[in-house]
Amino acid sequence: MSNITGALYKIRYLDEFSRKKTLMHRLSPTIKLIVTLIYILLVVSFGKYQLGGVIAMSAYPLIMLSLAEMPAKELIKRVVVAMPFVMGVGIFNPVFDRDIMTYFLGIGISGGWISFLTLIVKGVLTVSSAIILVGTTGIENIAHSMRILKMPKIFVVLILLTYRYISVLMEEAASIWTAYKLRAPGQKGIRHDVWGPLLGQLLLRTYDRGIRVYDAMILRGFDGDFRMGTAFVTGIGSYLFLLIALAGFLIIRLSVITMILDLLI
Amino acid sequence: MHMADALLSPAVGGAMWAAASGGAAYSANKLKTDLDDRKIPLMGVMGAFVFASQMINFTIPATGSSGHIGGGMLLAILLGGHAGFLTMASVLLIQALFFADGGLLALGANIFNLGFFTCYVAYPLIYKKIISNKYTRGRLIAASVISVVVALQLGAFSVVLQTFFSGKTELPFTSFLLLMQPIHLAIGLVEGLITAAVVSFVWNARPEIITHANERKPLKNIDIRKVIVGVLIATVVVGGFLSWFASENPDGLEWAIFNTTGTEELEGSNPVNEFFARIQEKTAFLPDYGFKETSEGAGNSGTSFSGVTGGIITMVLALGVGKLISVFKRIKS
Repeated sequence: MSNITGALYKIRYLDEFSRKKTLMHRLSPTIKLIVTLIYILLVVSFGKYQLGGVIAMSAYPLIMLSLAEMPAKELIKRVVVAMPFVMGVGIFNPVFDRDIMTYFLGIGISGGWISFLTLIVKGVLTVSSAIILVGTTGIENIAHSMRILKMPKIFVVLILLTYRYISVLMEEAASIWTAYKLRAPGQKGIRHDVWGPLLGQLLLRTYDRGIRVYDAMILRGFDGDFRMGTAFVTGIGSYLFLLIALAGFLIIRLSVITMILDLLI
Repeated sequence: MHMADALLSPAVGGAMWAAASGGAAYSANKLKTDLDDRKIPLMGVMGAFVFASQMINFTIPATGSSGHIGGGMLLAILLGGHAGFLTMASVLLIQALFFADGGLLALGANIFNLGFFTCYVAYPLIYKKIISNKYTRGRLIAASVISVVVALQLGAFSVVLQTFFSGKTELPFTSFLLLMQPIHLAIGLVEGLITAAVVSFVWNARPEIITHANERKPLKNIDIRKVIVGVLIATVVVGGFLSWFASENPDGLEWAIFNTTGTEELEGSNPVNEFFARIQEKTAFLPDYGFKETSEGAGNSGTSFSGVTGGIITMVLALGVGKLISVFKRIKS
């Protein structure tokens, strides 16, 4: 139950946040989507021992957070949830890869630990950049950009519809769960003899709702396309953002700062 | 069972993206031609239903644990293969964006693992074959359980393959496989039983919902071979293309080669390799701050040390810039 309300809060928070009007929010959604995808690709393109490189890549989400005025706490909460799988798979690196690679303050550090850390940093960065994208752009605008990038119309409409109904259905699921809990105190989950009826009832209601939604949409002139309220003009600012972001990524990817350090040392 | 961005290499992630978008384009196209357009809103709310219902926990009898429904198979059963696939894809996209389940690069892999195997493999080849248009409670339950279990096994296997080819972890292929398959057998059984319970309940109450999905899309219309061949071609082309570009790095496919043959590169240099070798020589003054070299020449930790330091300096710089922006904004308002 707390699970459902927690999830609802997460969705609503990002939804409301995406309506802010900071510099980041006003940039073209399509450009933001493209920059985010390039960023993720570059982050994962680092080799498994290139810890320094991926740490440097954190520059992008860090600066974006400030530009978008997004509280780091909200981001961290979401990132933490995504980590267990990455850590579960990565934790075997220190076990299998024990060759000492470098010394830090006289303590030998094995390659496995370095690649494990690299993996975690990569996980944090890729997840963060995606959340920052939604938080500054909103699902409607992302969907709009997907249309501009030639994704199938049906798919885009479907995403918007699914998104709209998630909160409605989560509320229904939450009230079913509460009703069950009140009648069956002290149980961890739903007993097996009501598995079918409990979800099945919700499913039947959902099905009928789907039909009613369709009828209502037809009556209002739905022709298979979604009309977006705001038409985005890709201004000079957006192109500038694209340029600066790409240049920054390139500088980090080619490790220019490390090169300068090497020359100095 | 969501795959994460961090575990993927660009080549594998890109290949899976190509496979998934190929599947999405095919199913969208298929739906456009024979869509009863009543289905679009239905697909939307059913996607939301799967989303919401995955948050309700079901107690597994005689154990202390609990599970939830498997979405892909239920969607295929209720909406048919194409609509189910597309709906699953949209659910996964929203999960990636709002809940950090999986990631944007891993989205392709996740759509493939959780959508393709359920809607385009288990649904037509197992579920429909078992039902074969004779609906009984027993058949429905058997078909749901078996198809969910098989789809999840294939999905789990696919996660292992994707992780292996990405080469980001040291986990040996067989160990990972032996870890993943049994766990997902148990999960699959639970998900299958819950799915079966829901399907047979709906069939009792409103049989037309279950039978319609099957009839509206006669099996003849779905040319599975075309889908599979298309997806395969897209995967190979993009995977090959990207790994060719990525081949300067000692990761990804090379890592896989290294682990299977014991050498970093297959013997015998080809023009492509030579080309990159020459580029590498030319750009050798760019320290490719890998720790690799330092492991050979012990004590020479200069590059690795400055590599990490450089990274941290960049991060601190970014933090400083961020702080400056915040301060500037506060003064302005």
